[in-house]
Amino acid sequence: MEKRVTFSKWTIGILFAVPQLILIFTFFYWPAGQAVYWSLTLQQPWGGGNIWVGLDNFRSILSNADYWNSISASLVFAGISTGLAMFIALVLAALTDRQLAGSWLYRVVLIWPYGIAAPALALAFRFILAPEAGFMAVVNKVWPGVWDPGLDGADAMASIIVAFSWKYVGYNFIFFLAAFQAIPRSLIEAAAMDGSGVIRRFWDIQFPLITPTIFFLLVINITESFQDSFGIVDIMTAGGPANATNLMVYKIYSDGFKGLDYSGAAAQSIILMLLIIVLTIVQFRFIERRVHYR
Amino acid sequence: MASITIRGVKKNYAKTQVVHGVDLDFASGEFVVILGPSGCGKSTLLRMIAGLEEISDGTIAIDGTVVNKLEPRERGCAMVFQNYALYPHMSVAQNIGYSLKVAGIPAAERDQRIRAVARTLELEHLLDRKPMALSGGQRQRVAMGRAMIREPKVFLFDEPLSNLDAKLRVQMRSEIRKLHRRLNATSVFVTHDQVEAMTLADRLVVMNGGRVEQVGTPGEIYTRPASRFVATFVGAPAMNILEGTVELDGLSLLDGSRRLSIARAGLPVGTKVAMGIRPEAVRLVAPGTSGALNATVDLVEELGAGRVIYADLDGAPFSVMTSEAIHPEPGSTVGLKLSADDMHFFSSETGSRLDVFKASVPEPV
Repeated sequence: MEKRVTFSKWTIGILFAVPQLILIFTFFYWPAGQAVYWSLTLQQPWGGGNIWVGLDNFRSILSNADYWNSISASLVFAGISTGLAMFIALVLAALTDRQLAGSWLYRVVLIWPYGIAAPALALAFRFILAPEAGFMAVVNKVWPGVWDPGLDGADAMASIIVAFSWKYVGYNFIFFLAAFQAIPRSLIEAAAMDGSGVIRRFWDIQFPLITPTIFFLLVINITESFQDSFGIVDIMTAGGPANATNLMVYKIYSDGFKGLDYSGAAAQSIILMLLIIVLTIVQFRFIERRVHYR
Repeated sequence: MASITIRGVKKNYAKTQVVHGVDLDFASGEFVVILGPSGCGKSTLLRMIAGLEEISDGTIAIDGTVVNKLEPRERGCAMVFQNYALYPHMSVAQNIGYSLKVAGIPAAERDQRIRAVARTLELEHLLDRKPMALSGGQRQRVAMGRAMIREPKVFLFDEPLSNLDAKLRVQMRSEIRKLHRRLNATSVFVTHDQVEAMTLADRLVVMNGGRVEQVGTPGEIYTRPASRFVATFVGAPAMNILEGTVELDGLSLLDGSRRLSIARAGLPVGTKVAMGIRPEAVRLVAPGTSGALNATVDLVEELGAGRVIYADLDGAPFSVMTSEAIHPEPGSTVGLKLSADDMHFFSSETGSRLDVFKASVPEPV
């Protein structure tokens, strides 16, 4: 029997929903609507009215090479950091699942990085990856000049990818481990009786059965890599060197609040939103098909 | 076909020992059932044969080869699990054929063998379905097919029928029996259900508390239980047990209110002894008949073909199974006639069978 509360009058139901609706409207629809409005106007930096310009903001952004550079940097960042964070977490979870003793400890310890604010962990990684004094200084001593995120764009990109992945490995690990442990032990045992070795069992039994989790994490990781990367970029590279790490979300901030181009930034955030929506649709459309839900 | 030899096998989990030294020999082609209450170590023993559980001490040999250190796949065993353990993302055909695929057998031959197995199990029309779309009995059959297709030396069954309803269970029971007759592979079947155990077994192993209590044919186990545990665990309703004490002139039962004339055979006076008799061995007679014990009827259970009468014999519960047309009312008095030939005696201290008594019919003091 399904238990369901019913209201005699629909107005009471609406009243209960109002606080939530107000929150969603105030903090989501209203700002989003404002962003759409701003992206279609030319906004004065110090107030004092605006001019309707239609799609001019979008045209100017999309004809700017810097912006295309930012899009490709974002895609590279999203692709590599999602892949890295998910792969490392998957391997760790698969190993933890096999040796259960003390797994509660990993579970607790590995969630901590996710609880750290992005700027705080970025600051830590700035020290760790500093070319002159940190861990990488040792490498630089052996091969002078090989690592310098302040000068080399690829090094800077690698730095923010490492920091972001580190944060999300823990998050992904928790989900992967839960997914592995939800697979009945007897399935693994049956496969062992069928003559399947450890690696084969992983690919034939465990991997297909955790595909719902893989898909969920893929969507979350890609979305977050477009948004949660802001704090890391701001502290570690500030978009440099030479715009190599000027990710879309960071460019919105620097164009809008440093360059005071509110309208251009609003148009960029609309494009970012559309990009995330399209990517999510693509994932649901083409990847979810290969997911085995139990 | 393979024999299984188990020598001094023990199993420890951290500090607790769950199997305390088991020695067993299963002959080639035999159908052995391991019976015992939950937690008696029977599944652990089976899983040690399968290679899913490490053997803490002792050896297990299949066909003379010690398999202690071998991987499950190297032991030539197939196993049917209690919850079937079908791969949910694979079709019935893929489930059955998985072991062949792992073994690298070409698709054409694989397909042919899957079909052959499916035909014997009447699964042909279900080959493309996923396990989720099957009924309990069909899943059970797929699990059997998955074990059969490998043509294993040894079949292991871990309570495979306990998730089925009563009717299906009886049906699958006879199918397993028929299958065994045809394949003739050595089979080890673990269950806590004594009816399953009695009907399936060539030989029955009764386990309790991590030890083997008795090994024998179902008939031997029933007629000559080796211990009080076996006596009360096998048979339904359970065997009646009356506690007694050895005295100079016999065995006094029920706080001395009844007496058995017995040859003491060297047991010292004062030894505590339990006398057991099966409910179906007791005869109901009119109260007051000479040589009969009077008991008060508590409850009558109708079974159709007969009935079970639960009575009170001077404070001790006592059940009688009869197929005669006798319908005593609860509260009425009945006479119970016990034959000395049907009595079993067990040491109250160790629970083991005592064959030292030659009893006569109990008499009121």
